Amino acid sequence: MRRLFCSLALTVAAIVAGCGKPDFSDAEKKTIASLALNTLPPLKPDTTNRFADVPAAAALGSTLFFDAGMSRDGTVSCSTCHKIDRQFQDDLPQAVGVGRTNRRSMPLAGVARDPWFFWDGRRDSLWAQALTPLENPLEQAGNRTAYAHYMKARFGERYERIFGPLPDFSGIPQNASPLGTDAERAAWNAMSDTQRDAINRVYANIGKAIAAFERSIEPAPTRFDRFALDLATGAEPKGDAAFSREEILGLKLFIGKANCVTCHNGPRFTDNGFHNTGVPPVADLPPDRGRVDAVAQVEADPFNCFGAYRDGDVSACGELRFMVKDAPELVRAYKTPSLRGAATRPPYMHAGQFSSLDEVVVHYAKAAPSVEGTSEIHPLELSDRERAALVAFLKTLAE
Amino acid sequence: MRSARRNVVRRRGTGLASIWRYVLAGVGLAALLAGVLAIVYLTAPQSAQLAGPDVARTKKTDNGLYVANFVPERGVVRQGELESWLLTLKTKTGDAVEGAAIAISGGMPQHNHGLPTSPQVTDYLGEGRYRIEGLKFTMSGWWQLRFAISSGAGSDTVLFNVVL
Ligand code: HEC
Ligand code: HEC
Repeated sequence: MRRLFCSLALTVAAIVAGCGKPDFSDAEKKTIASLALNTLPPLKPDTTNRFADVPAAAALGSTLFFDAGMSRDGTVSCSTCHKIDRQFQDDLPQAVGVGRTNRRSMPLAGVARDPWFFWDGRRDSLWAQALTPLENPLEQAGNRTAYAHYMKARFGERYERIFGPLPDFSGIPQNASPLGTDAERAAWNAMSDTQRDAINRVYANIGKAIAAFERSIEPAPTRFDRFALDLATGAEPKGDAAFSREEILGLKLFIGKANCVTCHNGPRFTDNGFHNTGVPPVADLPPDRGRVDAVAQVEADPFNCFGAYRDGDVSACGELRFMVKDAPELVRAYKTPSLRGAATRPPYMHAGQFSSLDEVVVHYAKAAPSVEGTSEIHPLELSDRERAALVAFLKTLAE
Repeated sequence: MRSARRNVVRRRGTGLASIWRYVLAGVGLAALLAGVLAIVYLTAPQSAQLAGPDVARTKKTDNGLYVANFVPERGVVRQGELESWLLTLKTKTGDAVEGAAIAISGGMPQHNHGLPTSPQVTDYLGEGRYRIEGLKFTMSGWWQLRFAISSGAGSDTVLFNVVL
């Protein structure tokens, strides 16, 4: 009888004090389970890149990713901005390569699962994406024929073992590109169609090797994932898998009242879509209209899914085929970033507009209107305690 | 908690009657708790999802010109993936509608945004069945798909709700 009384008293006390097991509704439990990393499906094959899962291609891609020789002046590689020990980003508000760019470097964990690349999605495959910084005058600032010559000189044998014979380089100018300086463009235009196609093919293969490497960059399980797994299996969360009361409140807000999970959903905390969230532009940067200006760019890209350098058949091109081309909501819409690891890599947003998670949460609570287009964010009534709780929860995604 | 335990110790051995008093108190407390929980539960704001939009897969079009049926081609809806669905159009009298022009729009009424893709009719499969490709539901919740249909039988519209 006394034991009965004790357990009754303890239960009542526990409920009143709010300690003990966190109580989530079934709907909340379902949402939490859908965010856990164990629900991430295996990486799908990329039929547009037949070297995507060829180990030798990934090995060459890894070499190229870290090779500063892959730039005009031999000082910049992909890893200058995508640092392996910094979640493949650089902690800067705007990336710096040969020059200072207008956007923040994006972390690369899980990037191979995305349908669109860059903050505005102006590329539609991982391999086509890799070709862009190589020729961007502010990033690696090289040119197409120079990269092809470099491949032959430095990696000729490795290249040919993977991709087959390199083309005939006689009469191919040292520096030529459809996107380069006036001289480089003139040299490109003076080449024959066959020569241009041969160089484009080598160039596309560089992208395909780098993409094969990037496919191995995947997100790692965090405290949140351990918590979610225990919640799903009904096990008592142990050690660091146990959430504090503040973290539980943050999680509840994230999937509830604060509506974050609307866009930051699934095991990568992104819907892979584009949204105007009213993030203000940076004063001294050129105008940036986000997704609305990227549509024409991805359509014009000769390396897009409809182009001649895609492997496999056109059925893989659904995203490009059914892309939204003109809608008011594309104005200043940017790709929803994954929130995994975000807590340990400020600053935030497409041009590093906010320097802390506190600022990010204040931004969402205020929901200031967008300078152009309409923000999808609605003002939130959040107490100081609730704002801190959201930040505390976001930190569990980076521990 | 600690004080509750101290109580137990102090009152040890005061006999059966007092144990019954505790049980009574326990029951009282439990009843109080149930009451509080019930109030919290009953006064919680009801979301539209509780009522639930009409998710019928077969509907008469708004002006009654057609009967439309809208189903995922593979039977299941998968979030975040490009999918194809079948729209089947019959006239009031049950004849298949051929050669219809179909415009598709939609979005999420609770989030003020349109569709993340622009789905299109890509094939006519016969017997009034049209294949619609490029649909993508990027999140769970209430989606709406509007079809503007026009054929020899006239122009009409129909709205389907999809809840994920
Ligand atoms: C000068 C710094 C810099 C260099 C060098 C650079 N990047 Fe980036 N990377 C960025 C920035 C900045 C963005 C976002 C740019 C934008 O949205 O316009 C980005 C975006 C990306 C993305 C898109 C990620 C996503 O989620 O959409 C990938 C993938 C990527 N870079 C890979 C590479 C590869 C591969 C290389 C080398 C071939 C490379 N980057 C070289 C700075 C750099
Ligand atoms: C309407 C969709 C949407 C909603 C709702 C939303 N986000 Fe975002 N989130 C985005 C987009 C888009 C960006 C990138 C915006 C940009 O760079 O201009 C972003 C960026 C972020 C970032 C910065 C990540 C980085 O790497 O720069 C954080 C952190 C974040 N969101 C957290 C939240 C939290 C917390 C909530 C809820 C209070 C929330 N988001 C609600 C779409 C959304």
